[in-house]
Amino acid sequence: MKGSPMRALSRALVRGSTLTPSASAAFLVSSRQPYSTHPPNAKLNLPTDYSTTPLLFQTSQSALANPELSPEVRNGTTKRMNLFQAVNDALSIALAEDESVLIFGEDVAFGGVFRCTGKLAETYGGDRVFNTPLTEQGIMGFAIGAAAEGMRPVAEIQFADYVYPAFDQLVNEAAKFRYRDGACKRNAGGLTVRMPCGGVGHGALYHSQSPESLFTHIPGLRVIMPRSPLQAKGLLLSAIRSNDPCVFMEPKILYRAAVEQVPTAAYALPLSKAEVLKEGSDVTIVSYGQPLYKCEAALRQAEKDMGVSVELIDLRTVYPWDKEAVFKSVRKTGRCLVVHEAMINAGIGAEVAAAIQGDPQTFVRLEAPVARVAGFSIHTPLLYEALNAPDIARIYDNIRKVLEY
Amino acid sequence: MKRTRVARVPTALLRRAGARQSTLVQSTPLISRLSVPSIHQEQRRRHASSISQRPDSKHVMFPGAVKSAFTNTMTFEQPSTYPALPTYRAVDQNGVVVDPSFVPDLSDEEVVKLYRDMLTVSIMDVIMFDAQRQGRLSFYMVSAGEEAVSVGTASALRKEDVVFCQYREQGVFRQRGFTLADFMNQLFANKKDPGKGRNMPVHYGSRELNIHTISSPLATQLPQASGAAYALKIQRMQDPTIPPRVVAAYFGEGAASEGDFHAALNIAATRACPVVFICRNNGYAISTPTLEQYRGDGIASRGLGYGIETIRVDGNDFWAVREVMKRARELALQDGGKPVLIEAMTYRVSHHSTSDDSFAYRAKVEVEDWKRRDNPIARLRKWMEAKGCWDENKEKEARESIRREVLKAFSEAEREKKPPIRTMFEDVYEELTPDLRQQMEELKSQLERYPDEYDLGEFEGGRDSLDKQE
Repeated sequence: MKGSPMRALSRALVRGSTLTPSASAAFLVSSRQPYSTHPPNAKLNLPTDYSTTPLLFQTSQSALANPELSPEVRNGTTKRMNLFQAVNDALSIALAEDESVLIFGEDVAFGGVFRCTGKLAETYGGDRVFNTPLTEQGIMGFAIGAAAEGMRPVAEIQFADYVYPAFDQLVNEAAKFRYRDGACKRNAGGLTVRMPCGGVGHGALYHSQSPESLFTHIPGLRVIMPRSPLQAKGLLLSAIRSNDPCVFMEPKILYRAAVEQVPTAAYALPLSKAEVLKEGSDVTIVSYGQPLYKCEAALRQAEKDMGVSVELIDLRTVYPWDKEAVFKSVRKTGRCLVVHEAMINAGIGAEVAAAIQGDPQTFVRLEAPVARVAGFSIHTPLLYEALNAPDIARIYDNIRKVLEY
Repeated sequence: MKRTRVARVPTALLRRAGARQSTLVQSTPLISRLSVPSIHQEQRRRHASSISQRPDSKHVMFPGAVKSAFTNTMTFEQPSTYPALPTYRAVDQNGVVVDPSFVPDLSDEEVVKLYRDMLTVSIMDVIMFDAQRQGRLSFYMVSAGEEAVSVGTASALRKEDVVFCQYREQGVFRQRGFTLADFMNQLFANKKDPGKGRNMPVHYGSRELNIHTISSPLATQLPQASGAAYALKIQRMQDPTIPPRVVAAYFGEGAASEGDFHAALNIAATRACPVVFICRNNGYAISTPTLEQYRGDGIASRGLGYGIETIRVDGNDFWAVREVMKRARELALQDGGKPVLIEAMTYRVSHHSTSDDSFAYRAKVEVEDWKRRDNPIARLRKWMEAKGCWDENKEKEARESIRREVLKAFSEAEREKKPPIRTMFEDVYEELTPDLRQQMEELKSQLERYPDEYDLGEFEGGRDSLDKQE
């Protein structure tokens, strides 16, 4: 049970009792109520053990072996970080390397409710890292205006559940700015908006949402969701440096749970490029964010039980997404399931499945309908979260279904 | 101190569900190396507010209202007991100076130039409105009655200042140097339109003149103006050789009902942004009169609520508007930067747009009364005639030559080709994505296979523009 949620909870409680403000984030992302503990006889739906999952690099050597890193970075050092520390590290590098970077949002100055902006105001000054009033539309409009005048704002929306007042600014302004300005060439490309998203076990209707597909419908935005600390640092730096407005969604359950070795140098990971996390020949699983850990657990058991080989792909950027990587894999395996936490209706899975069947060379290789494992078309209810989000057993069962079709 | 932070945990997370503990917000350590003094002072004061006070204190030290005195009289404040904020004017409707301290700061030539700008906009409006009625243009919006607000305020700005408009500020564009050809190229969406044929008519923009391209959604430009002003402020802190700049943001009284307006003023105040908000209160939001738009004392009273220096001005008085904007610009640059709100009172003489017939909701006589009673162009003309720098002949000559110039620009722009089809896919992202390249090929193939189904004659280069791959 090393690294289990119970341990995380006790860690959080210990921190809480030592009176750090970080207890706020720990409280939400790590505690487990009795109703969400795993069933005693479960073989599949076991809690994710983040200390042993192959998706996280436990050694410096494995972290630095990443071919997407430059030779200089690969020759450097690493540090053990969780996801909020990796985000903090990326923000700190961005502030240090580019004086046009500004960081703001609600409660950002004291470090943010999830601690992602800790010590940044002290280090880089209250003019570049600051609190805003409680107004998501104001934060987003302010960020767009600053970007249009040459700054690189990184705006924080405290929870993705609260981004909707800013929807108009994102859809009608940030996304359209460059298109509207035409030959004048002004744009909101410097903008990055960060927001914690996804379920944690007890966030219910308004602290659990994962609204990425509302943004993937919008040309002009890049929508990114990292799966780990190493990915978060590199993708966030790319998003900040990108000249397109980026929506950067951070699975908040991973802020403390996911810990790995992260290169200490500045590095960027490519946007709109998927990554094959595990090669396989019989089934392709396409996912992103936290469900990748469940996919990994499910496919390990499926490979053992069903004698098959499963490929796992992390989309990383969910729009514009890397179709070629998915097509290439599905042409090889002939079977595909798409897994995400957000509702199934008009979700990323719908887009990926439609693209697969719409590509003639991939369509002819399909051996089974593309399966989608996603949240049901309901809101996120407090007591039923474990029954709603894709779990290991459901993913496992769908691997079986596409194989037995 | 530490204990209070522990208590904060659940409220910070479930902030929507319950009230915040404001003492905790106040305790936030904000150490800034670059802050302007005013922000520092503000922070020190706010921090001090959480220190406990003597039990017999006459003043409340609640962090949310530090100067509020205790009272033993329970009274609900009535808006009606406060007089309406006054409306400043320098020159009355007869062109007579009424502010004894007013000294015109422009030469005769300069006044005539600005007067001609107002006249140009007014004449162009009539011609383009009719052109739309004849089907030569898809849409148009006139600014009749509001020429002084836009030309007068713009005349007090510097070229390097940054402007965000709503959509009825053609006078701002004209004053800053937008030519008749610039207007017409945009209105006809031809290949010379910097908007590349993507925007509806009147959605002008100019990088050279530092005016952001107009966006149809109301009030979205306002928090952007605050953010842009903050950018200008930071850039000058980082490089003191940059001249001091402000942002001017225009909007109507209807737009001020949008949440973005409130967000913009509040965030501009809290971040001390050098931005001048200019409300054109013309009495109507399409058909909705101000009585159904708000019940407070106009838009100006809201500025005070946000802690912003505010003035109400007669929007038909060119000189008053110019004087107010000059002073507002100075104020916005004081103390390291701060927002200012101007409410310019005027009357929308015209219909909302070519898609609107305002006589469906207001009497023609009301409009005729207004036109007769007061008109910003006539008022400045009276002042100029009294001064001796304008007369009937000059007026006639100006009107005729402007009309000729408008018609010339009109016919030239109308004849130009439309932009290449390829532009419909460009500028969505900094670079064309693989998806967009593929969609471009798809469109090209469709156009090739069904050539008779599409009329491409107007587009520069026809379907060939879809060939070029960068």
